[in-house]
Amino acid sequence: MYKIVRKKEIGNKIHNLEIYAPEIAKNAKAGQFVIFRIDEKGERVPLTVAGTNPKEGLVRVIFQEAGKSTTQLASLCEGDFIRDFVGPLGHPTVIKHYGTVVAVAGGVGAAELLPLIKELKKAGNKVITIVGARCKDLFILEDELKQESDALFFATNDGTCGIKGFATDVLKEVMDKEEVNIVYAIGPVPMMKAVSELTKEKHLETMVSLNPIMLDGTGMCGACRVTVDGKTKFACVDGPEFDAHSVHWDELASRLNSFKDLEKISFDNFTVGRECECRKK
Amino acid sequence: MPQKVNMPERDPQIRRRDFEQVNAGYSKEEMLAEAKRCLQCKNPMCAKGCPVEINIPGFIKHLVKDNPSEAIKVLKQKTNLPAVCGRVCPQENQCEKSCILSKKDEAVSIGNLERYAADATVNIEDNISIKKNGVKVAVVGSGPAGLTCGGDLLKLGYNVTVYESLHDTGGVLRYGIPEFRLPKKVLNVEIEKLKKLGMKIVLNILIGRTKNIKDLFDEGFKAIFVAVGSGLPIFPRIPGENLNHIYCSNEFLARVNLMRAFDFPNYDTPVRSGKNIVVVGGGNTAMDSARTAVRLGANRVKLVYRRSEAEMPARLEERRHAKEEGVEFITLTKLVRFIGDDNKAVKAVECVKMQLGEPDESGRSSPREIAGSKYMIDADMVVLALGVRPNPILPSLTKGLNINSHGHIVIDENHMTSIPGIFAGGDIVGGDTVISAMGMGKKAAKAIDNYLKK
Repeated sequence: MYKIVRKKEIGNKIHNLEIYAPEIAKNAKAGQFVIFRIDEKGERVPLTVAGTNPKEGLVRVIFQEAGKSTTQLASLCEGDFIRDFVGPLGHPTVIKHYGTVVAVAGGVGAAELLPLIKELKKAGNKVITIVGARCKDLFILEDELKQESDALFFATNDGTCGIKGFATDVLKEVMDKEEVNIVYAIGPVPMMKAVSELTKEKHLETMVSLNPIMLDGTGMCGACRVTVDGKTKFACVDGPEFDAHSVHWDELASRLNSFKDLEKISFDNFTVGRECECRKK
Repeated sequence: MPQKVNMPERDPQIRRRDFEQVNAGYSKEEMLAEAKRCLQCKNPMCAKGCPVEINIPGFIKHLVKDNPSEAIKVLKQKTNLPAVCGRVCPQENQCEKSCILSKKDEAVSIGNLERYAADATVNIEDNISIKKNGVKVAVVGSGPAGLTCGGDLLKLGYNVTVYESLHDTGGVLRYGIPEFRLPKKVLNVEIEKLKKLGMKIVLNILIGRTKNIKDLFDEGFKAIFVAVGSGLPIFPRIPGENLNHIYCSNEFLARVNLMRAFDFPNYDTPVRSGKNIVVVGGGNTAMDSARTAVRLGANRVKLVYRRSEAEMPARLEERRHAKEEGVEFITLTKLVRFIGDDNKAVKAVECVKMQLGEPDESGRSSPREIAGSKYMIDADMVVLALGVRPNPILPSLTKGLNINSHGHIVIDENHMTSIPGIFAGGDIVGGDTVISAMGMGKKAAKAIDNYLKK
């Protein structure tokens, strides 16, 4: 059992958890993920590690309520336990001195970006961070991102924060003004795809962290397979980071929808007639 | 010679609608009748055919006297998982093949008798006195190889900790083999008995990532047995293989067996229940997949295999059960590509007919395409059971651990790897069945004991 030591809602339905798992806290590196399972009947859900506190043995994860499991996880309180928590999984990000790095996040992807830019900055890179979200309420971690970035830009679809438009609009401007050496993009598939298309034109190296459906996360099930450079790869053991320009984006998008109908049944089944347990207490 | 007593089986029309066990197990009378067929050979050939060298006439002798609690003691001298072995071992190729009766008549049903002895003693504790030596040994992977090696080391007095990356024990016994062949209740009992003997099992630890081999030595483990299995599925590398609703058997079976998706949405993990399913492959995993698909409510399940049925690696019993449950066998047929619909979901597979040619290196005839014989089979879901490769995580993250060109860990005749103190066995070194993994686990336990006594 793994204890939720701290919990905080840091955006609209976006939660920050710190979970006691000392071995993972000691060994997790930027770019890696964990898999959680809440209880006996739970499914295995991957989440990228948003940070660690090895001293206290804590692993930080940030997630947005989307389906059954994330909604259920959000309903747990400080002091509650989850049944399973395994990691760190996947290859860590290769950290080195590139020069100027542009890190682009979409929505809750900012959480995954944070440990990455921290390490990139430590390695002596100039880090320009761009965060895009639908609206102001979905921005998270502003202070921390600012601290780890040489420059931080925002874009919202409705213009409630930063420029009105997409993260790619900001990226375009940055690329015009700066000599960029590498781009990292983490977020929803349409956003990563848009970044990839933009940088491909300029032959600018771009890495993305992929989030396909996973079951075991250790190479056993093949659910997370993605086509990269025409070859089938497993995101869990070959990734989760890949060269953006080689990823078959449309296939990834459709595979993510593979269980949509059943996921809805599970979610409806869970939420009907249920009130938040945290608020009841 | 009295006739062999067949294993009672549930009616195919009923069993194809549920996940309950297909083989019902012998009654006492049936067990006695079958046990009496054993000739109690002085020089038993059957035991030589057993990878873990069970004293077969020895345990059957006790069954003849209707004494399963003595029979299980004989079994447990050699196997830690008799209820599992009795159900899933390919006895027809091992002990029963060597049974002297099989020369003229039908062999003694050794597997069915082993299962009876284990099932009849399910509530009896193993009364084994162990003299602890306090030496710590780590086992990586709680599948058949790991549990066997760990169990034997335990009985030799070692302090055994088994690390498992999944959230539950058993490896392929849990995620791969369906409930209707090996009920999880049965598996749990055997594992609980090992825990009662002192086996410590730690879940959710992926050795290589959560901690590594060096950490284990630092924690005071004197030897490590690596049995991480071959969890890396093979895909056919043909067009369309990543369309939606194409699964490998590992994913399909793990959803149903490990995550209990047959009880969705009571359990959270979903599984698709297609109506028109194509399963590809000819091994036991293919049969398990096809029969699971039948139980999830498919209208038609077609099993496509590129050789003829005679070349199928699946056990005869599994093939018969599959057919009885309505699985259609389409042999001498190879997949060419998958066809998708507008939503990128599979809607058909294109196949080509094959003919058998000269035997290849495996001794089986190598199939050749028949020109101009391509045709389509409609399918709204496909399960690929084309085999697995060794899991690369631990080998790739352990410096100095040598692997061969197939990705298997290289071991010497004592199961020791290129790193002193690290041993390996099971599928990760090239094993391919539960019992071969158990045989290796056994041999490795002896070798580890010798190594640590030096």
